[in-house]
Amino acid sequence: MSVPASRGAPLRLLTPLLTGFAALALWELAVRWLAIPPYILPGPVQVLQTLWSDQAILAPALGVTLWTTLEALALAVVGGVLLALLFSRSRLLSAALYPFAVVLQVTPVIAIAPLLLVWLEPGSAVLVCAFLVAFFPVLSNTAAGLQAIDPGLDELFRLYGASRWQRLVRLEAPTAAPHFLAGLRIAGGLALIGAIVAEIAAGAAGQGSGLAWRIVEAGYRLNIPRMFAALLLISVSGVLIHAGLSLLSRLLPGRGAPP
Amino acid sequence: MKQNAEGRAALVRMRDVALAWGNGVTALDGLTLDVRAGEFLAILGPSGCGKSTALRLMAGLLAPTRGQVRRDGGLTAAGRVGFVFQDPTLTPWSRALANVRLPLDLAGVARAEANERAAAMLALVGLAGFERAWPHELSGGMRMRVSIARALATHPDLLLMDEPFAALDEFTRARLNDDLLALRDQLGFTVAFVTHSSWESVYLADRIVIMSARPGRVLDEIGVTAPPGRGAAFRASPAYASQCAAVLALAAAASGAVA
Repeated sequence: MSVPASRGAPLRLLTPLLTGFAALALWELAVRWLAIPPYILPGPVQVLQTLWSDQAILAPALGVTLWTTLEALALAVVGGVLLALLFSRSRLLSAALYPFAVVLQVTPVIAIAPLLLVWLEPGSAVLVCAFLVAFFPVLSNTAAGLQAIDPGLDELFRLYGASRWQRLVRLEAPTAAPHFLAGLRIAGGLALIGAIVAEIAAGAAGQGSGLAWRIVEAGYRLNIPRMFAALLLISVSGVLIHAGLSLLSRLLPGRGAPP
Repeated sequence: MKQNAEGRAALVRMRDVALAWGNGVTALDGLTLDVRAGEFLAILGPSGCGKSTALRLMAGLLAPTRGQVRRDGGLTAAGRVGFVFQDPTLTPWSRALANVRLPLDLAGVARAEANERAAAMLALVGLAGFERAWPHELSGGMRMRVSIARALATHPDLLLMDEPFAALDEFTRARLNDDLLALRDQLGFTVAFVTHSSWESVYLADRIVIMSARPGRVLDEIGVTAPPGRGAAFRASPAYASQCAAVLALAAAASGAVA
């Protein structure tokens, strides 16, 4: 059954909130009634308490992971867009390099991480891993966007003798923008996953370690509440990154180019 | 400037033109055709006969494989030829005014002046007040009006139209036909208009050339006798009906020649 638009919006927001709250309540009650020890499963209240009490450890770790993610995303945007532009200018270059981009994409980053850890110090290795997974969606979506140019508009720009720069700024960039942003949304999530996976592989302890390492470390110590607290932070970060990048797409003027 | 038999200069002279695509398909073969200054020329022919290709040769967007396309020296500067496609071909990321302004922007006209000229042209095609509308907010007929305003923004000498009204309903199409004739009276441009409707060609054109099926060439040519301004009275007159019948017979013979 379809829901009228006026009732649909609050329902779309309320339903998952209520479901989530009910699930949390059920979880808390189950943990209390069944007297499950916290080293097996802590209740949500204890997870929140741990989040607060362990903030001196968790906050810097969150900062490290988020910073790595954003750095990787920025590098992926610069690298992906530049390479997509190069590919759109030279079919030869595209034919020569695109397969290697695919190889990098389909090779699981967890398998590359040990090698990178041999070559690079842990911080850089984690950054490169996150970059490698975030890079491909930006490249492939932007490249597809640059090929999606309306043939009529293409002829129009030629008819009016548009310069290369005018073509880039007034035709190619706006046409590719929605595709690029769709790629960026995917890349944002992947950069976080890449950073987490690489942190676990790196296993770097002590100062300057990220959330993933805090999970591993808490696991060794059977500090399950802290594992949950770190997990919660990672999830919330992922949701916020996705929401922020989705918001960017809404800022596009008009309808953007047809997807 | 060479004078033709009617004593009017030819804006475009095509002599024994052939155009073959890379895939071996011959779109045009032995096309000889003049577009005379000041006339409204309709090019009528079956689908896929190379009519659109002929327009692109006139625009200088394509070069012939064989034969000669001589364009009047005045047409070579950017903005002297306007082109209206089958689809409105607007940029979905800019408003109506910015779409009309595109040729002026590409020519480097200062923003204030370009806005003024684009707004004037929008008003001329009946869209005063729609400057800030996005393309997706406009009807099909209105989008086509924006497209025509864009093609006329530079006050071209020659307007090339590629089945511009084919996708519109009959009433919208009739109104756009009348408005196009009024615009031409006002601005005095030459028109080459591709269509596969004999009714439309008789209503609009001073002269109709009938093309064969692919590979296209001119099979026949007919002049239209009509009162100045044309309008509803002409559309209802026996003279209109009899000329339509004559053109339809010629066109049928043309497609029958191959089919």
